[in-house]
Amino acid sequence: MDFELSPEQKLILETVRRFVREEIVPLEADLDPDASELPPHHRERLVAMTKELGFYGLDIPEEYGGPGIDLVTRTLMAFEMAQHRAGLYAPCYGVFGGAGLAQLYEADDDQKERYLYPVLRGEKRGFFALTEPSGGSDPARAIRTTAVRDGDDWILDGEKTFISGADKADFGIVFARTDPELGRKGITCFLVDTDMPGFRVRRIVHTLRSSHYAAELEFNGVRVPGRNVLGEVNQGFAIANDRLSRNRIPYAAGCVGVALKAQEMAIAYAKTRKTFGDYLSTRQAVQWMIVDNEIDLRTARALTLEAAARADSGKPFRTEAAICKLVASEGASRVVDRAMQIHGGYGMTKDLPLERWYRELRIRRVGEGPNEIQRLIVARDVIGGSFH
Amino acid sequence: MTGVRLAKPWLDLDDAAIAALPGQLGVYEIGDAKGGTLELGFAGGRSRFGLRSAIAEAAAKHLAASRFRYEVTMQYWSRFEELLAVYVADHGELPPGNADRGVQRVGRLGVDRVAATGE
Repeated sequence: MDFELSPEQKLILETVRRFVREEIVPLEADLDPDASELPPHHRERLVAMTKELGFYGLDIPEEYGGPGIDLVTRTLMAFEMAQHRAGLYAPCYGVFGGAGLAQLYEADDDQKERYLYPVLRGEKRGFFALTEPSGGSDPARAIRTTAVRDGDDWILDGEKTFISGADKADFGIVFARTDPELGRKGITCFLVDTDMPGFRVRRIVHTLRSSHYAAELEFNGVRVPGRNVLGEVNQGFAIANDRLSRNRIPYAAGCVGVALKAQEMAIAYAKTRKTFGDYLSTRQAVQWMIVDNEIDLRTARALTLEAAARADSGKPFRTEAAICKLVASEGASRVVDRAMQIHGGYGMTKDLPLERWYRELRIRRVGEGPNEIQRLIVARDVIGGSFH
Repeated sequence: MTGVRLAKPWLDLDDAAIAALPGQLGVYEIGDAKGGTLELGFAGGRSRFGLRSAIAEAAAKHLAASRFRYEVTMQYWSRFEELLAVYVADHGELPPGNADRGVQRVGRLGVDRVAATGE
Protein backbone atom coordinates (compact mmCIF):
# COMPACT_ATOMS: atom_id res chain seq x y z
CA MET A 1 0.00 0.00 0.00
CA ASP A 2 1.46 3.35 -1.07
CA PHE A 3 1.15 6.15 1.43
CA GLU A 4 3.23 8.70 -0.47
CA LEU A 5 1.56 12.01 0.28
CA SER A 6 0.14 14.07 -2.55
CA PRO A 7 1.18 17.75 -2.78
CA GLU A 8 -2.28 18.70 -1.53
CA GLN A 9 -2.00 16.38 1.48
CA LYS A 10 1.45 17.76 2.28
CA LEU A 11 0.09 21.30 2.23
CA ILE A 12 -2.88 20.36 4.43
CA LEU A 13 -0.70 18.58 6.95
CA GLU A 14 1.85 21.37 7.09
CA THR A 15 -0.99 23.85 7.71
CA VAL A 16 -2.48 21.75 10.50
CA ARG A 17 0.93 21.10 12.07
CA ARG A 18 1.68 24.82 12.15
CA PHE A 19 -1.77 25.56 13.54
CA VAL A 20 -1.28 23.10 16.41
CA ARG A 21 2.21 24.30 17.27
CA GLU A 22 1.63 28.04 16.87
CA GLU A 23 -2.00 28.46 17.95
CA ILE A 24 -2.89 25.59 20.29
CA VAL A 25 0.24 24.59 22.20
CA PRO A 26 1.08 28.14 23.41
CA LEU A 27 -2.41 28.51 24.93
CA GLU A 28 -1.89 25.40 27.04
CA ALA A 29 0.79 27.14 29.09
CA ASP A 30 -1.98 29.08 30.82
CA LEU A 31 -4.61 26.36 31.02
CA ASP A 32 -5.05 23.83 33.79
CA PRO A 33 -3.17 20.65 32.80
CA ASP A 34 -6.43 18.70 32.71
CA ALA A 35 -8.46 21.29 30.81
CA SER A 36 -10.44 20.23 27.76
CA GLU A 37 -11.99 23.59 26.88
CA LEU A 38 -10.58 26.90 25.73
CA PRO A 39 -11.76 30.22 27.13
CA PRO A 40 -14.62 31.38 24.85
CA HIS A 41 -12.72 34.28 23.28
CA HIS A 42 -9.86 32.02 22.17
CA ARG A 43 -12.28 29.40 20.92
CA GLU A 44 -14.17 31.92 18.80
CA ARG A 45 -10.94 33.31 17.35
CA LEU A 46 -9.61 29.87 16.42
CA VAL A 47 -12.92 28.64 14.98
CA ALA A 48 -12.86 31.70 12.72
CA MET A 49 -9.36 30.68 11.62
CA THR A 50 -10.32 27.07 10.81
CA LYS A 51 -13.33 28.31 8.86
CA GLU A 52 -11.08 30.67 6.93
CA LEU A 53 -8.76 27.73 6.18
CA GLY A 54 -11.72 25.68 4.93
CA PHE A 55 -11.14 23.03 7.58
CA TYR A 56 -14.19 23.55 9.78
CA GLY A 57 -16.55 20.61 10.16
CA LEU A 58 -14.03 18.09 8.83
CA ASP A 59 -16.29 15.08 9.33
CA ILE A 60 -19.41 16.60 7.85
CA PRO A 61 -20.29 14.99 4.50
CA GLU A 62 -19.71 17.22 1.50
CA GLU A 63 -23.43 17.31 0.62
CA TYR A 64 -24.10 18.89 4.02
CA GLY A 65 -21.43 21.54 3.64
CA GLY A 66 -18.33 19.69 4.84
CA PRO A 67 -14.98 20.05 3.09
CA GLY A 68 -15.16 16.57 1.56
CA ILE A 69 -11.87 15.24 2.88
CA ASP A 70 -11.21 11.51 2.40
CA LEU A 71 -10.61 9.36 5.47
CA VAL A 72 -6.89 8.82 4.78
CA THR A 73 -6.26 12.57 4.71
CA ARG A 74 -8.56 12.98 7.71
CA THR A 75 -6.53 10.35 9.57
CA LEU A 76 -3.26 12.07 8.70
CA MET A 77 -4.76 15.32 10.02
CA ALA A 78 -5.87 13.54 13.20
CA PHE A 79 -2.28 12.42 13.80
CA GLU A 80 -1.29 16.09 13.82
CA MET A 81 -4.31 17.45 15.70
CA ALA A 82 -3.68 15.20 18.70
CA GLN A 83 -0.14 16.46 19.28
CA HIS A 84 -0.79 18.63 22.32
CA ARG A 85 -1.70 18.11 25.94
CA ALA A 86 -5.48 17.81 25.52
CA GLY A 87 -5.10 16.24 22.09
CA LEU A 88 -6.28 12.72 22.82
CA TYR A 89 -9.84 13.53 23.88
CA ALA A 90 -10.08 17.15 22.80
CA PRO A 91 -7.98 17.49 19.63
CA CYS A 92 -7.39 21.21 19.10
CA TYR A 93 -10.14 21.78 21.68
CA GLY A 94 -12.76 21.16 19.02
CA VAL A 95 -12.02 24.29 16.99
CA PHE A 96 -12.12 22.24 13.78
CA GLY A 97 -15.77 21.52 14.55
CA GLY A 98 -17.47 18.18 14.83
CA ALA A 99 -19.60 16.11 12.54
CA GLY A 100 -22.50 16.10 14.91
CA LEU A 101 -23.67 12.56 15.34
CA ALA A 102 -23.17 10.47 12.23
CA GLN A 103 -26.46 8.60 12.77
CA LEU A 104 -28.38 11.82 12.11
CA TYR A 105 -27.44 11.66 8.44
CA GLU A 106 -29.71 8.61 8.27
CA ALA A 107 -32.63 10.53 9.80
CA ASP A 108 -35.79 11.42 7.91
CA ASP A 109 -36.33 14.96 6.66
CA ASP A 110 -38.37 16.03 9.68
CA GLN A 111 -35.73 14.72 12.08
CA LYS A 112 -32.97 16.40 10.10
CA GLU A 113 -34.78 19.72 10.45
CA ARG A 114 -35.24 19.26 14.18
CA TYR A 115 -31.85 17.74 15.06
CA LEU A 116 -29.22 17.47 12.32
CA TYR A 117 -29.29 20.99 10.93
CA PRO A 118 -29.37 22.68 14.36
CA VAL A 119 -26.35 20.55 15.32
CA LEU A 120 -24.48 21.54 12.18
CA ARG A 121 -25.32 25.21 12.85
CA GLY A 122 -23.97 24.83 16.39
CA GLU A 123 -27.38 25.47 17.94
CA LYS A 124 -27.92 22.05 19.49
CA ARG A 125 -25.72 19.43 21.10
CA GLY A 126 -26.39 15.72 21.25
CA PHE A 127 -25.07 12.60 22.93
CA PHE A 128 -24.88 8.91 21.99
CA ALA A 129 -26.25 6.51 24.61
CA LEU A 130 -25.65 2.83 24.10
CA THR A 131 -23.75 1.47 27.13
CA GLU A 132 -25.66 0.45 30.24
CA PRO A 133 -24.63 -0.63 33.75
CA SER A 134 -25.32 -4.19 32.59
CA GLY A 135 -22.52 -3.91 30.03
CA GLY A 136 -21.25 -2.16 26.95
CA SER A 137 -19.19 -4.80 25.15
CA ASP A 138 -22.21 -6.84 24.10
CA PRO A 139 -24.84 -4.14 23.72
CA ALA A 140 -27.26 -6.32 21.78
CA ARG A 141 -27.72 -8.51 24.84
CA ALA A 142 -26.83 -6.04 27.59
CA ILE A 143 -29.42 -3.39 26.74
CA ARG A 144 -32.11 -3.48 29.41
CA THR A 145 -33.58 -0.06 28.80
CA THR A 146 -37.02 -0.75 27.41
CA ALA A 147 -39.29 1.15 25.07
CA VAL A 148 -42.94 0.14 25.12
CA ARG A 149 -45.39 1.42 22.55
CA ASP A 150 -48.26 3.54 23.92
CA GLY A 151 -50.49 4.78 21.12
CA ASP A 152 -48.26 6.78 18.79
CA ASP A 153 -45.64 7.22 21.49
CA TRP A 154 -43.03 5.07 23.18
CA ILE A 155 -42.34 4.95 26.91
CA LEU A 156 -38.66 4.58 27.83
CA ASP A 157 -37.46 3.17 31.16
CA GLY A 158 -33.90 2.30 32.12
CA GLU A 159 -30.36 3.53 32.68
CA LYS A 160 -27.30 4.38 30.63
CA THR A 161 -23.76 4.93 31.82
CA PHE A 162 -20.40 6.29 30.56
CA ILE A 163 -22.25 8.72 28.28
CA SER A 164 -20.14 11.73 27.26
CA GLY A 165 -21.66 15.17 26.92
CA ALA A 166 -25.12 14.27 28.18
CA ASP A 167 -25.22 16.91 30.90
CA LYS A 168 -24.72 19.71 28.38
CA ALA A 169 -26.79 18.24 25.54
CA ASP A 170 -30.18 19.16 24.11
CA PHE A 171 -31.00 15.66 22.93
CA GLY A 172 -29.59 12.17 22.75
CA ILE A 173 -29.52 9.18 20.44
CA VAL A 174 -30.71 6.45 22.78
CA PHE A 175 -30.91 2.71 22.17
CA ALA A 176 -33.68 0.74 23.87
CA ARG A 177 -35.08 -2.76 23.69
CA THR A 178 -38.40 -2.88 21.89
CA ASP A 179 -38.69 -6.65 21.54
CA PRO A 180 -37.22 -8.80 24.33
CA GLU A 181 -37.46 -11.96 22.22
CA LEU A 182 -35.40 -10.80 19.27
CA GLY A 183 -31.92 -10.13 20.73
CA ARG A 184 -29.99 -7.70 18.55
CA LYS A 185 -32.99 -7.46 16.21
CA GLY A 186 -35.16 -6.17 19.04
CA ILE A 187 -33.40 -2.84 19.57
CA THR A 188 -34.64 0.54 18.39
CA CYS A 189 -32.94 3.91 18.24
CA PHE A 190 -34.74 6.98 19.63
CA LEU A 191 -34.12 10.72 19.58
CA VAL A 192 -34.74 11.83 23.17
CA ASP A 193 -34.88 15.50 24.14
CA THR A 194 -33.21 16.20 27.47
CA ASP A 195 -36.18 18.31 28.58
CA MET A 196 -38.60 15.41 28.20
CA PRO A 197 -40.11 14.61 31.63
CA GLY A 198 -38.51 11.56 33.20
CA PHE A 199 -35.06 12.11 31.70
CA ARG A 200 -32.33 12.81 34.23
CA VAL A 201 -28.54 13.07 34.28
CA ARG A 202 -28.01 11.38 37.61
CA ARG A 203 -24.32 11.92 38.21
CA ILE A 204 -20.93 12.45 36.64
CA VAL A 205 -18.79 9.34 36.47
CA HIS A 206 -15.32 10.24 37.72
CA THR A 207 -12.54 8.40 35.93
CA LEU A 208 -8.85 8.72 35.07
CA ARG A 209 -9.94 11.31 32.54
CA SER A 210 -10.82 14.26 34.75
CA SER A 211 -12.20 16.60 32.14
CA HIS A 212 -14.34 15.60 29.17
CA TYR A 213 -16.13 13.37 31.62
CA ALA A 214 -18.98 10.93 31.16
CA ALA A 215 -22.30 10.73 32.98
CA GLU A 216 -24.92 8.31 34.22
CA LEU A 217 -28.44 8.72 32.84
CA GLU A 218 -31.89 7.69 34.01
CA PHE A 219 -35.03 7.24 31.91
CA ASN A 220 -38.11 7.05 34.07
CA GLY A 221 -41.23 6.75 31.95
CA VAL A 222 -39.91 9.14 29.29
CA ARG A 223 -42.63 9.59 26.65
CA VAL A 224 -41.03 9.81 23.20
CA PRO A 225 -43.18 10.54 20.15
CA GLY A 226 -43.18 7.96 17.36
CA ARG A 227 -41.69 10.49 14.95
CA ASN A 228 -38.53 10.38 17.08
CA VAL A 229 -37.72 6.79 16.12
CA LEU A 230 -34.45 7.00 14.19
CA GLY A 231 -34.47 4.46 11.39
CA GLU A 232 -36.75 1.46 11.61
CA VAL A 233 -38.26 -0.12 14.71
CA ASN A 234 -36.11 -3.09 15.83
CA GLN A 235 -33.28 -2.07 13.47
CA GLY A 236 -31.38 0.12 15.92
CA PHE A 237 -28.47 -2.21 16.47
CA ALA A 238 -27.29 -1.81 12.88
CA ILE A 239 -27.21 1.96 13.41
CA ALA A 240 -25.06 1.51 16.52
CA ASN A 241 -22.78 -1.04 14.90
CA ASP A 242 -22.02 1.10 11.85
CA ARG A 243 -20.87 3.87 14.11
CA LEU A 244 -18.71 1.63 16.27
CA SER A 245 -16.57 0.31 13.40
CA ARG A 246 -16.07 3.66 11.71
CA ASN A 247 -15.20 5.47 14.93
CA ARG A 248 -12.36 3.09 15.67
CA ILE A 249 -10.18 4.63 12.93
CA PRO A 250 -10.07 8.24 14.24
CA TYR A 251 -9.93 6.75 17.73
CA ALA A 252 -6.74 4.95 16.74
CA ALA A 253 -5.40 8.05 14.98
CA GLY A 254 -5.63 10.07 18.19
CA CYS A 255 -3.54 7.45 19.99
CA VAL A 256 -0.92 7.59 17.24
CA GLY A 257 -0.86 11.39 17.41
CA VAL A 258 -0.02 11.68 21.10
CA ALA A 259 2.48 8.83 20.78
CA LEU A 260 4.26 10.68 17.95
CA LYS A 261 4.56 13.71 20.20
CA ALA A 262 5.73 11.62 23.15
CA GLN A 263 8.44 10.07 20.99
CA GLU A 264 9.53 13.50 19.74
CA MET A 265 9.77 14.67 23.36
CA ALA A 266 11.66 11.55 24.43
CA ILE A 267 14.25 11.94 21.69
CA ALA A 268 14.71 15.65 22.37
CA TYR A 269 15.13 15.03 26.10
CA ALA A 270 17.53 12.11 25.57
CA LYS A 271 19.72 14.38 23.43
CA THR A 272 19.96 17.09 26.08
CA ARG A 273 19.96 15.23 29.41
CA LYS A 274 23.35 14.00 30.64
CA THR A 275 24.07 11.24 33.12
CA PHE A 276 27.56 10.12 34.13
CA GLY A 277 29.11 12.51 31.66
CA ASP A 278 27.18 11.70 28.52
CA TYR A 279 23.79 12.15 26.95
CA LEU A 280 20.97 9.68 27.57
CA SER A 281 20.75 9.25 23.81
CA THR A 282 24.14 7.53 23.85
CA ARG A 283 22.96 4.88 26.35
CA GLN A 284 21.89 1.66 24.77
CA ALA A 285 19.08 1.17 27.32
CA VAL A 286 17.55 4.48 26.25
CA GLN A 287 18.24 3.89 22.55
CA TRP A 288 16.33 0.63 22.71
CA MET A 289 13.36 2.30 24.36
CA ILE A 290 13.32 4.83 21.55
CA VAL A 291 13.66 2.07 18.95
CA ASP A 292 10.81 0.10 20.51
CA ASN A 293 8.76 3.30 20.45
CA GLU A 294 9.50 3.74 16.77
CA ILE A 295 8.41 0.18 15.99
CA ASP A 296 5.16 0.62 17.93
CA LEU A 297 4.54 3.94 16.23
CA ARG A 298 5.20 2.83 12.68
CA THR A 299 3.09 -0.29 13.15
CA ALA A 300 0.14 1.64 14.54
CA ARG A 301 0.44 4.41 11.96
CA ALA A 302 0.53 2.00 9.02
CA LEU A 303 -2.37 -0.10 10.28
CA THR A 304 -4.50 2.97 10.96
CA LEU A 305 -3.87 4.33 7.48
CA GLU A 306 -4.59 0.91 6.01
CA ALA A 307 -7.98 0.85 7.74
CA ALA A 308 -8.72 4.37 6.53
CA ALA A 309 -7.73 3.51 2.95
CA ARG A 310 -9.91 0.42 3.04
CA ALA A 311 -12.89 2.45 4.27
CA ASP A 312 -12.26 5.07 1.56
CA SER A 313 -12.27 2.34 -1.09
CA GLY A 314 -15.73 1.21 -0.04
CA LYS A 315 -14.54 -2.25 0.97
CA PRO A 316 -15.47 -3.88 4.30
CA PHE A 317 -13.14 -2.54 6.99
CA ARG A 318 -14.42 -3.98 10.26
CA THR A 319 -11.35 -6.19 10.77
CA GLU A 320 -8.92 -3.44 9.83
CA ALA A 321 -10.67 -0.96 12.13
CA ALA A 322 -10.55 -3.41 15.02
CA ILE A 323 -6.86 -4.17 14.45
CA CYS A 324 -5.82 -0.52 14.23
CA LYS A 325 -7.77 0.41 17.35
CA LEU A 326 -6.18 -2.46 19.24
CA VAL A 327 -2.62 -1.91 18.03
CA ALA A 328 -2.72 1.90 18.32
CA SER A 329 -4.16 1.99 21.84
CA GLU A 330 -1.76 -0.62 23.19
CA GLY A 331 1.27 0.65 21.23
CA ALA A 332 0.68 4.28 22.20
CA SER A 333 0.36 3.27 25.86
CA ARG A 334 3.78 1.64 25.66
CA VAL A 335 5.30 4.61 23.83
CA VAL A 336 4.10 7.10 26.43
CA ASP A 337 5.18 4.80 29.25
CA ARG A 338 8.72 4.59 27.82
CA ALA A 339 8.79 8.35 27.20
CA MET A 340 7.95 8.88 30.87
CA GLN A 341 10.73 6.51 31.88
CA ILE A 342 13.23 8.43 29.75
CA HIS A 343 12.11 11.72 31.33
CA GLY A 344 12.54 10.31 34.83
CA GLY A 345 10.86 12.28 37.62
CA TYR A 346 9.75 15.08 35.28
CA GLY A 347 7.83 12.53 33.27
CA MET A 348 5.53 11.96 36.22
CA THR A 349 4.69 15.62 36.76
CA LYS A 350 1.85 17.75 35.48
CA ASP A 351 4.50 20.10 34.09
CA LEU A 352 4.62 17.79 31.07
CA PRO A 353 1.67 16.29 29.16
CA LEU A 354 2.96 12.73 29.46
CA GLU A 355 1.11 11.88 32.69
CA ARG A 356 -2.21 13.04 31.21
CA TRP A 357 -1.68 10.96 28.08
CA TYR A 358 -0.70 7.98 30.25
CA ARG A 359 -3.97 8.19 32.19
CA GLU A 360 -6.13 8.85 29.17
CA LEU A 361 -4.51 6.17 27.00
CA ARG A 362 -5.44 3.61 29.63
CA ILE A 363 -9.06 4.41 28.87
CA ARG A 364 -8.43 3.92 25.16
CA ARG A 365 -7.84 0.21 25.70
CA VAL A 366 -11.42 -0.03 26.99
CA GLY A 367 -13.28 2.74 25.13
CA GLU A 368 -14.95 2.14 21.74
CA GLY A 369 -15.00 -1.55 22.56
CA PRO A 370 -12.40 -3.15 24.86
CA ASN A 371 -9.39 -4.61 23.09
CA GLU A 372 -10.57 -8.10 23.96
CA ILE A 373 -13.67 -7.37 21.88
CA GLN A 374 -11.45 -6.15 19.03
CA ARG A 375 -9.63 -9.49 19.18
CA LEU A 376 -12.99 -11.25 19.15
CA ILE A 377 -14.02 -9.30 16.05
CA VAL A 378 -10.77 -10.17 14.27
CA ALA A 379 -11.04 -13.83 15.28
CA ARG A 380 -14.63 -13.96 14.06
CA ASP A 381 -13.65 -12.46 10.73
CA VAL A 382 -10.42 -14.42 10.28
CA ILE A 383 -11.62 -17.79 11.50
CA GLY A 384 -15.19 -17.26 10.46
CA GLY A 385 -18.46 -18.24 12.02
CA SER A 386 -19.91 -17.47 15.38
CA PHE A 387 -18.53 -18.54 18.75
CA HIS A 388 -21.69 -19.97 20.20
CA MET B 1 -19.13 5.84 44.73
CA THR B 2 -18.68 9.55 45.47
CA GLY B 3 -21.85 11.38 46.41
CA VAL B 4 -22.65 14.27 44.12
CA ARG B 5 -22.62 16.80 46.97
CA LEU B 6 -19.61 18.09 48.84
CA ALA B 7 -20.39 16.33 52.11
CA LYS B 8 -17.41 17.54 54.13
CA PRO B 9 -17.45 19.48 57.42
CA TRP B 10 -17.24 23.25 57.27
CA LEU B 11 -14.10 24.76 58.79
CA ASP B 12 -13.64 28.27 60.13
CA LEU B 13 -11.56 30.36 57.79
CA ASP B 14 -8.45 31.54 59.61
CA ASP B 15 -4.71 31.48 59.06
CA ALA B 16 -4.18 28.39 61.17
CA ALA B 17 -6.81 26.41 59.27
CA ILE B 18 -5.32 27.46 55.94
CA ALA B 19 -1.80 26.57 57.05
CA ALA B 20 -2.96 23.12 58.07
CA LEU B 21 -4.38 22.34 54.64
CA PRO B 22 -2.75 19.67 52.53
CA GLY B 23 -0.81 20.54 49.40
CA GLN B 24 -2.86 18.02 47.46
CA LEU B 25 -5.18 18.66 44.54
CA GLY B 26 -8.92 18.82 45.07
CA VAL B 27 -12.07 20.92 45.17
CA TYR B 28 -13.30 23.47 47.68
CA GLU B 29 -16.24 25.65 48.65
CA ILE B 30 -15.90 29.09 50.24
CA GLY B 31 -18.89 30.17 52.35
CA ASP B 32 -20.11 33.19 54.31
CA ALA B 33 -21.44 33.38 57.88
CA LYS B 34 -25.08 33.25 56.70
CA GLY B 35 -24.68 29.81 55.17
CA GLY B 36 -24.31 31.02 51.59
CA THR B 37 -21.76 29.82 49.06
CA LEU B 38 -19.42 32.46 47.70
CA GLU B 39 -17.31 30.36 45.38
CA LEU B 40 -16.66 26.81 44.25
CA GLY B 41 -13.22 26.04 42.93
CA PHE B 42 -10.44 23.56 42.51
CA ALA B 43 -6.76 23.26 43.25
CA GLY B 44 -5.45 22.03 39.92
CA GLY B 45 -2.13 21.01 38.49
CA ARG B 46 -0.88 24.60 38.30
CA SER B 47 -1.64 25.50 41.92
CA ARG B 48 1.52 26.34 43.87
CA PHE B 49 0.65 24.47 47.05
CA GLY B 50 -2.49 22.61 46.09
CA LEU B 51 -5.54 23.22 48.25
CA ARG B 52 -3.54 25.34 50.72
CA SER B 53 -2.71 28.07 48.20
CA ALA B 54 -5.87 27.72 46.12
CA ILE B 55 -8.20 28.19 49.11
CA ALA B 56 -6.12 31.05 50.50
CA GLU B 57 -6.23 32.87 47.14
CA ALA B 58 -9.96 32.26 46.65
CA ALA B 59 -10.86 33.33 50.19
CA ALA B 60 -8.89 36.55 49.79
CA LYS B 61 -11.23 37.60 46.97
CA HIS B 62 -14.33 37.56 49.21
CA LEU B 63 -14.68 39.98 52.11
CA ALA B 64 -17.58 37.94 53.50
CA ALA B 65 -15.66 34.65 53.46
CA SER B 66 -15.85 33.05 56.89
CA ARG B 67 -15.72 29.31 56.35
CA PHE B 68 -14.71 26.68 53.84
CA ARG B 69 -14.70 22.99 53.16
CA TYR B 70 -12.74 20.83 50.76
CA GLU B 71 -12.30 17.40 49.28
CA VAL B 72 -8.99 15.93 48.14
CA THR B 73 -9.32 14.41 44.68
CA MET B 74 -7.18 13.89 41.62
CA GLN B 75 -10.37 14.12 39.52
CA TYR B 76 -10.65 17.77 40.49
CA TRP B 77 -11.90 18.93 37.11
CA SER B 78 -14.88 16.60 36.76
CA ARG B 79 -15.67 16.96 40.47
CA PHE B 80 -15.62 20.76 40.13
CA GLU B 81 -17.96 20.55 37.13
CA GLU B 82 -20.24 18.29 39.14
CA LEU B 83 -20.36 20.68 42.11
CA LEU B 84 -21.19 23.61 39.83
CA ALA B 85 -23.99 21.59 38.23
CA VAL B 86 -25.39 20.60 41.63
CA TYR B 87 -25.32 24.22 42.77
CA VAL B 88 -27.14 25.40 39.66
CA ALA B 89 -29.70 22.61 40.08
CA ASP B 90 -30.34 23.77 43.63
CA HIS B 91 -30.26 27.54 43.15
CA GLY B 92 -30.82 28.22 39.46
CA GLU B 93 -27.66 30.32 39.30
CA LEU B 94 -23.94 30.12 39.98
CA PRO B 95 -22.22 31.25 43.19
CA PRO B 96 -21.05 34.90 42.98
CA GLY B 97 -17.43 33.88 42.57
CA ASN B 98 -18.24 31.65 39.59
CA ALA B 99 -20.80 33.91 37.89
CA ASP B 100 -18.48 34.96 35.06
CA ARG B 101 -18.47 31.39 33.78
CA GLY B 102 -22.12 31.62 32.74
CA VAL B 103 -24.83 29.08 33.60
CA GLN B 104 -25.02 27.97 29.97
CA ARG B 105 -21.52 26.46 30.26
CA VAL B 106 -22.48 24.34 33.24
CA GLY B 107 -23.90 20.85 32.91
CA ARG B 108 -27.42 19.97 34.01
CA LEU B 109 -27.75 17.37 36.74
CA GLY B 110 -31.04 16.08 38.08
CA VAL B 111 -30.24 16.00 41.80
CA ASP B 112 -32.49 15.23 44.75
CA ARG B 113 -33.33 18.55 46.37
CA VAL B 114 -33.88 17.15 49.86
CA ALA B 115 -30.26 17.76 50.77
CA ALA B 116 -30.00 21.07 48.96
CA THR B 117 -28.24 22.81 51.85
CA GLY B 118 -25.39 20.35 51.55
CA GLU B 119 -25.03 20.24 55.32
